[in-house]
Amino acid sequence: MTRGSVAIVGAAESDLGEVAQGTTPADLMAQATHRALADAGLTLGDVDALFASSTQLSMATLNLGEYLGVQPRYTDSTQIGGSSFVAHLQHAQAAIETGRAEVALIAHGSTQRSQGRSAAAPQELSPYEAPYRPMLPVTAYALAAARHMHDYGTTREQLAEVAVAARAWAALNPVAWQRKPLTVDDVLDAPQVCSPLGIRDCCLVTDGGGAVVLTSAARARDLARPPVYLLGAGEAHTHRHISSMPSLTETAAVQSGAAAFAQAGLRPADVDVVELYDAFTITPVLFLEDLGFCANGEGGAFVSGGRIAPGGEFPLNTNGGGLSYCHPGMYGLLLIVEAVRQLRGDSGDRQVADCDVALVHGNGGVLSSQCTALLGAEATR
Amino acid sequence: MTDTAPYETFREYCRRGKLGHQETTDGTPVFFPRVLAPGSGDTELRWREASGHGTVYSTTTARPRGGEPYNIALVDLDEGFRMMSKVVDVEPDAVAIGMRVTMRMESLDVDGEPWPVFAPTEAAT
Repeated sequence: MTRGSVAIVGAAESDLGEVAQGTTPADLMAQATHRALADAGLTLGDVDALFASSTQLSMATLNLGEYLGVQPRYTDSTQIGGSSFVAHLQHAQAAIETGRAEVALIAHGSTQRSQGRSAAAPQELSPYEAPYRPMLPVTAYALAAARHMHDYGTTREQLAEVAVAARAWAALNPVAWQRKPLTVDDVLDAPQVCSPLGIRDCCLVTDGGGAVVLTSAARARDLARPPVYLLGAGEAHTHRHISSMPSLTETAAVQSGAAAFAQAGLRPADVDVVELYDAFTITPVLFLEDLGFCANGEGGAFVSGGRIAPGGEFPLNTNGGGLSYCHPGMYGLLLIVEAVRQLRGDSGDRQVADCDVALVHGNGGVLSSQCTALLGAEATR
Repeated sequence: MTDTAPYETFREYCRRGKLGHQETTDGTPVFFPRVLAPGSGDTELRWREASGHGTVYSTTTARPRGGEPYNIALVDLDEGFRMMSKVVDVEPDAVAIGMRVTMRMESLDVDGEPWPVFAPTEAAT
């Protein structure tokens, strides 16, 4: 695939937080689609490829096509957890480059808050793990955090800095779910869920959805908004269940990140804003290491001292992340929406200055699937 | 396919008080039990009884709302495979990475059948 051959031309959230009773995941996908198409200056009639995933819809593009009245010529309901939508970017590029599609819609919707998480996101347990009653997914991430702390001396305070920075960014985002100030002590003193992770180390449980629209770079230049080019992408996975993860302190982001940087011809130092899937406070720490922003074991120190908070030298998760902004079951699509806004200069109070290259990194399952994309504004083409 | 599902063979080992696992023709341990070896595709997997000695690779104390805290651990068996289990006989928070542990069978709430759990090696002898 070719660097910059396709571009995101529309991006939007659905209603977020807690939606009206009876709202379906398809309602939210459709609402976000309407907004994303309006953003692009396109209509439903232009869409000929559908990409979607939801914990509540095992055949998500069928629901999406039915609801929208779109009969696509390319369809992909790839479900690899919260990273799915970052994978869809690369899949859409493949479809468009090979002429199998011209305008691709990627959508997500979740009503896990209003419907209840156990009903909206049932866990598929391994029969070899189930007898030990893991509280999934948090148990898996807690095991990774405990091992990272053991191997590298990472502290609970360092993990708490991730949550504190996310909250500070969320305070700048009018649609974030949690905007009240949060301190390191608040995180440390919060009730424990699975040691070493407490409730403030865990992402939100909210409703929400989003949509992005992609087309060829050539067509993108004639549309309403500045194109956001897909410069590089990579996808990789290592396991389904945490007991099969090869190393708890190294994820497949090593592979997905290397592939994305290679395709883009960029290095970590070239990235202006980073959006990493923060399902739990340990995940950005792992991904910063695995993507090459710091060395193995240095993630805890890297996120400390307000470095990733507003005003810090490394703007990370600028919408407030899954920890404080929104976590609708699978967060990956909203990573892309925020990166698009930053690259267009649309992020208001939380806008990062001189933002030409963004990295989005999605995580799925229990650190299982890892998908990385590098996105760029016109200047980086 | 095999006449007996890998899972059922594993459970049969448990009922006999043994921790069953598989091994490829070149001696590589395989767990969880499968119909072929991951990577090579080798279907000549042999069942083996593990010694039951291992080391805690990671550990967490789960605190369910309204319930008692309990341990969940990943244990590296000396034979070279990893499994999820729990460490018993000590407080859940006292379980530490690197702790030497020994397997025994215990009935778990899930089905009242024997499942492998681990106790600190000193306490088990």
